[in-house]
Amino acid sequence: MLSSLHLNPTLNYATLNYSSTLLLLRGSRRRTRRGGANDSLVSTAHPARQYPSLSASLAPAREEERKEEALLPPHLRPESLPRHVAVIMDGNSRWAKARGLPSSAGHEAGYHTLKKMVELSCQWGIRALTVFAFSSENWTRPKMEVDFLMTLFENVLKESLGEFLREGIRICIIGDSSELPQSLQKLAKEVVDKTKNNTQIDLIVAISYSGRKEITQACQNIAQKVKDGLLEPEDITESHIEEELETNCIPEFPNPDLLIRTSGELRLSNFLLWQSAYTELFFTNTYWPDFGEADYIEALTSFQNRQRRFGQRIN
Amino acid sequence: MFFLASLFSLKGHHPLPVFPPIPSYMYTLPRVSVPHRNLVIKVEKDLEMEKHGRKPEPNIFASVWRFLRRCLFLVLALGPMPNHIAFIMDGNRRYAKRRNVKEGTGHGVGFTTLTSICQYCYEMGVKYVTVYAFSIDNFKRKPEEVQSLMDLMKEKIDELLEEDSIVQKYGFRINFWGSLDLLSEPVRLAAEKVMTHTADNTGPVLSICVAYTSTNEIMRAIKKSCARKSFRTQGYVNCDGESVCEDNNGYVTVADLEENLDTADCPDPDIVIRTSGEARLSNFLLWQTSLSHLQNPNPLWPEFSLRNLVWAILEYQKIYPYLEARRRLAKKEN
Repeated sequence: MLSSLHLNPTLNYATLNYSSTLLLLRGSRRRTRRGGANDSLVSTAHPARQYPSLSASLAPAREEERKEEALLPPHLRPESLPRHVAVIMDGNSRWAKARGLPSSAGHEAGYHTLKKMVELSCQWGIRALTVFAFSSENWTRPKMEVDFLMTLFENVLKESLGEFLREGIRICIIGDSSELPQSLQKLAKEVVDKTKNNTQIDLIVAISYSGRKEITQACQNIAQKVKDGLLEPEDITESHIEEELETNCIPEFPNPDLLIRTSGELRLSNFLLWQSAYTELFFTNTYWPDFGEADYIEALTSFQNRQRRFGQRIN
Repeated sequence: MFFLASLFSLKGHHPLPVFPPIPSYMYTLPRVSVPHRNLVIKVEKDLEMEKHGRKPEPNIFASVWRFLRRCLFLVLALGPMPNHIAFIMDGNRRYAKRRNVKEGTGHGVGFTTLTSICQYCYEMGVKYVTVYAFSIDNFKRKPEEVQSLMDLMKEKIDELLEEDSIVQKYGFRINFWGSLDLLSEPVRLAAEKVMTHTADNTGPVLSICVAYTSTNEIMRAIKKSCARKSFRTQGYVNCDGESVCEDNNGYVTVADLEENLDTADCPDPDIVIRTSGEARLSNFLLWQTSLSHLQNPNPLWPEFSLRNLVWAILEYQKIYPYLEARRRLAKKEN
């Protein structure tokens, strides 16, 4: 029963009060920031402010400001958006089952949702997106489903390569690639090579991934260094371990700021265990194929309203 | 269990579902601030009496309450009970600020809450309780605050060995997890003393994480694994046909790391509860909570009471079949 409800996890009274205060501040900041032609013709209270295309015809706003307004939803502040978002794309099979469709239809619908999410992230200036496509525990699923998923990944990579190059998306694939079919491994390597110079957004896809195995692999690499005499066991620090993790393909911000898990499950399921030490978690009951722009905005708004302290005091 | 859930929801001011709908994992009954101020005053009076060596007087209501609790726990135990619950005790300072009392009082009331929760867990049959008392990141706070927390910790750790503490009453075994060498000498010695004294207890296990972060714990486990592997390859360890040496040519495995973690002799937590509504782990048991049910109720830690604990367990019982299937799959995989 509960899983079919669209529930809003941000509605506790603390965030309600805080977010309404923020809206107020946002309004006043706009008034002081936009000097010049806009103020006299269109006041901030004018409903036309909400509709960029309409306000454009009413007031000669500057080109960049109009673009910025068109790109970001009204109450999201660009400076407090997460730089790195991680997503656990859960619920495809349940979505399909609820509609009497096979699970392959769920995964296809999930792919379209992912595409939309990457587009929105590019638009809103999110610099990195990590998605949990296939866990190492998923290998125990029925062979037909696993084969379908592998074929889906191959087709997606093949068809979307052109788009990645056009949109400036850099792809990284993390996970134990040795378990993947040979053709997929080759294709993945090719896509990663071809897109490595793109700078618009980094998209990390976790296929056959397990957080514990990733940390163990990092430990193995460090043990090898110790064996080769490059490092003493007493000198091992957390940064040595972080360098060996696969998410180091984005060296500037390897740790996600926000982790979204769909379909109402409240756990991390072996995803980015080390990296999610200080990640804000957002859980929603929506199934992944239904996760749309509105849900994404909700997640980002929830992130914006949180106070991140990293163990310290903020007075 | 749904019957119990509906009972609790009727007792509160809004039945499920509610408009605007509140997700079940964020559901709490409304806080009542006036009785809590009285509770703070009562606790302060009790603490005052205990300091002067006078015990607070027991009363008949306590016995009746204990009996009612036992009945409640019997009903709760009809469903699957968690074996290990972990708590991130967040919100002590905010609690003190909201009630306009001294900052240290928040932590004092928080400690009382901890002992009550341990008692309830013991009565319910929850074998392992883990709490996040002090993170390595908390050392970055103001020196006065860190010092007062260290003093409070030393005082409370010493109290654990007293006659009427939970250790003596229920036979708790106490663990201290973390980089204890980062603690000041008196606190570290007190912690080690308690661990030695309670090492042979067979009751429930209370693990207190002080000077702890999960990344630090994993790093120490990696150091130990690497040191052990290098000793083995350099021939310092005499294998003599022991099966433990027949591992894959010095490859570090998941099991190797797990046995070197602080939590080696504890099962993974079934539920992780972070109070005060924050939804993040803050570097707490990252390795161990991969399949734990994460909950973030709104009450601050000093306000966390039996009804919140029972609600948390009901939530866990709702999703238990699905979680158990996932755990079996994960075990098969490993």
